[in-house]
Amino acid sequence: MKVTRPSQGLPASNPILDLIGIRKSFNVGQPNEIEILHGINLQLFPGEFCAVTGPSGSGKSTLLNTVGLLDRPTSGTLKICQQETTLLSDADLTDLRGHQIGFVFQYHHLLSAFSAIENVMMPMVADAGFSNKAMRERAAQLLGSVGLTPWLDAPASRLSGGQQQRVAVARALAMKPALILADEPTGNLDSKSADAVFELLQSVCRDQGTAVLFVTHNPLLSARCDKTIEVVDGTIFDL
Amino acid sequence: MMQLTWLPFEWIVALRFLKEGKIQSAFIVVGISIGVAVIVFMSALLTGMQANFVNRVLTGQAHIQMLAPKEVARTLRKNEANETEIAIVQTPLQRFKGIDQWQNVASQVAKMAQVKVVSPAISGAALLIRGDTTRSVSVTGMIPDLYFQIISLPEKIVRGQAILASDSILIGTELASDLGLSVGDKLRLSTGNGSVNTLKITGIFDLGNKGANSRSTFVALRTAQSMMGLIGGASVFDVTVHDVYAAENIARQIQSLTGLQADSWIKTNEQFFTAVRAQTTANTAIRFFVALSVGFGIASVLVVSVVQRSREIGILRAMGITRGQILRIFLLQGGLLGLGGALMGSGIGGAALYLWQRFERNADGSVMFFLVFDMHLLVQTLVLATLTGLISAFAPAMRAARLDPVVAIRG
Repeated sequence: MKVTRPSQGLPASNPILDLIGIRKSFNVGQPNEIEILHGINLQLFPGEFCAVTGPSGSGKSTLLNTVGLLDRPTSGTLKICQQETTLLSDADLTDLRGHQIGFVFQYHHLLSAFSAIENVMMPMVADAGFSNKAMRERAAQLLGSVGLTPWLDAPASRLSGGQQQRVAVARALAMKPALILADEPTGNLDSKSADAVFELLQSVCRDQGTAVLFVTHNPLLSARCDKTIEVVDGTIFDL
Repeated sequence: MMQLTWLPFEWIVALRFLKEGKIQSAFIVVGISIGVAVIVFMSALLTGMQANFVNRVLTGQAHIQMLAPKEVARTLRKNEANETEIAIVQTPLQRFKGIDQWQNVASQVAKMAQVKVVSPAISGAALLIRGDTTRSVSVTGMIPDLYFQIISLPEKIVRGQAILASDSILIGTELASDLGLSVGDKLRLSTGNGSVNTLKITGIFDLGNKGANSRSTFVALRTAQSMMGLIGGASVFDVTVHDVYAAENIARQIQSLTGLQADSWIKTNEQFFTAVRAQTTANTAIRFFVALSVGFGIASVLVVSVVQRSREIGILRAMGITRGQILRIFLLQGGLLGLGGALMGSGIGGAALYLWQRFERNADGSVMFFLVFDMHLLVQTLVLATLTGLISAFAPAMRAARLDPVVAIRG
C-alpha cells in the first residue's frame, strides 16, 4: 500500500487521527492472551489538544504506542491524516511515523553523543531531504522557540532535566508533524518546567494546527486542554 | 555534526557512537591492532625468509639441471615355468658419460617458450695439486657467456676477474686460503683418466657457503672436455626458466621431450618447500585465530553497545529511522573498528619490521635478509580486518535492528 503524505494545513473538517474500534491484545492465540484496548473510537482534528488521563495500567501507553505506529492494533481501523495504516508494511509505517508523528516521552531520550542542536537536526539528517543550512536554521529556530538559544551546541547530557525535555519537544517538532504524542512529558519536571513544556506544546498546537495527544496525571494541566479523555481498563470516556 | 553532514546519516551516528564510547573503542582498536601487527610482522618475515632463500638458491644453482639418463640393469623375464632366470639384479656402475647429440638437445630445449637460457657444461671430480698438498675438488667446465646468465659468478668474485681462457681456473676463497693460493698462481688438476693440466688462477669467488668455497672450481668448457676425456661433449645442461615456480612442470616436459633426466630446483630443495608449507600452514592458522579473536572482540563490544543504547535505538526508530539504517549504523561501527585496528596494527607491524631489520644482524654485522613491507599485504590486511569487523558486527547489528521500539524505549 502506498503511503501518501498529506501536507500541513489539512482541512479542519478532516481528522488528523481517526481510531475506529481499535482493539489491542497481547499474546494473541496463547492461553495467556490479554486484551488491553477494547474497541477505542477517537478522532482528533487539526489544532486540537487532547489530554489523556487514567490510572496506571489502564492502557494509556498502549494507546499511544498504537496511535504512534510503534505497535499494530489487533483489529480496528487507524487512520493518520486520512491514511489507513493497519495494512501498511513496517517500512511504510516507519516512513509515516517519521513525517507525520512527533514523540515526546516522560524521559527525554536524547542522544547523549550529540549536542542539543544535533539532536533536533537528527530526524532531518536521517530524512536526507534538507540542506545543511536549512537543517541548522530550523533546529536553531525551534530551540530558540523553547528558550534554548544559548545552549545550541551544549552536549545533551550537560543540560538540566527541563532543558532536555524542551530539546525533546523541539526534536519532536523538527519534521513539522501533524500529530504530537506526548507521554507524560511533564512527569519528571518541576512545576515551572512542566508549565513551560505544556505551554510550548499548546502554542505549537494553536499556531501550527498540530493535533496533540497529551498523557498526564496532572488535573491542572488536563483542565487546560481542549478536551480530556480518560482511559479506564482499556476503554475511553470523554470527560 | 555540522562538520559531518556531508556524510550519510548512518556514518554520522556510527562515528559519534564510537567517539562517545572512546575508552571501549580504544581498547578494542588496540586489541585488533596487536593481532594485525602479529599478522603483518609474521607474514613479512615469512615472505622475506622465503624470498631470501629462493634468491640465494637461484643465484647459485640452475632452475633445472639436465643429465644423461642413469644406466639401469634390465631384469630378465620369467620363463615358462614361471621361474626368474636370474634371481639377483645388480645396479650397474654409473660411468662418466656425455649427453648424446647435445647440441641438438640444447637447441630443442632452448626453443621452449618457458625456457630462458640453456648452458651446456661438464661436471666432474678432480684432484687439485699444489706442491705436496692435494685436495679433491669438483670441476665445472662451462661457456662463461651462457653460464654467467644462470649463476652470477662475476658478482661473487672477491679477487681477480671472472675470465676463463683455456688455461684458467676460478677457485673458492676457502680453497685459496687452505692452499695459500692467490690470483695469478698456478696449480695442477689431475683427473681420473690420468690427465694432468696446469692452470692459472684468474679469480677467487665467495659463494657464501664454506663447503662450496672449498670444493668448487670453474674452468672453460673446452678445458674440461680435454681433462675429462669428453672431447666435444657435455655431461650436463643448466637451464633457467621465466617462471621459477613452474620449474618442476617444465622439467617434466623436458624429460618427456628429450629422454634425459631433468631435476628442477624445487625437487632438489624439497625439504625447503616442506618447511615453507609448514610455515605457511602455521601462519594461516595464526591468521585464522587472530581474525577469530578480533571478530569476537568486536562482536562483544557491539553487543554491549546495543544493550547500552537500546533506548536510543528505540527513540531513533520512533523518529522514523528504519531498521536498515539501524543495521548499517552498527555494521559501520564494526567495520570502522576493524579498519582502525588494521591501520594501527599495520603501523605497529611496520615499526616492528623496521626494528627487526635494524637490530637483528648476522655475526659480521650485515643485514640478515631484507624485509619488504608489501603494499599488497597492507591492502589485504585492511580489507580482511574491515570485513572481519563487518561480519562480527552482523549479529549485534541485527539484534539492534530487530529491537521492538516499544520495548526498547520502555527499557
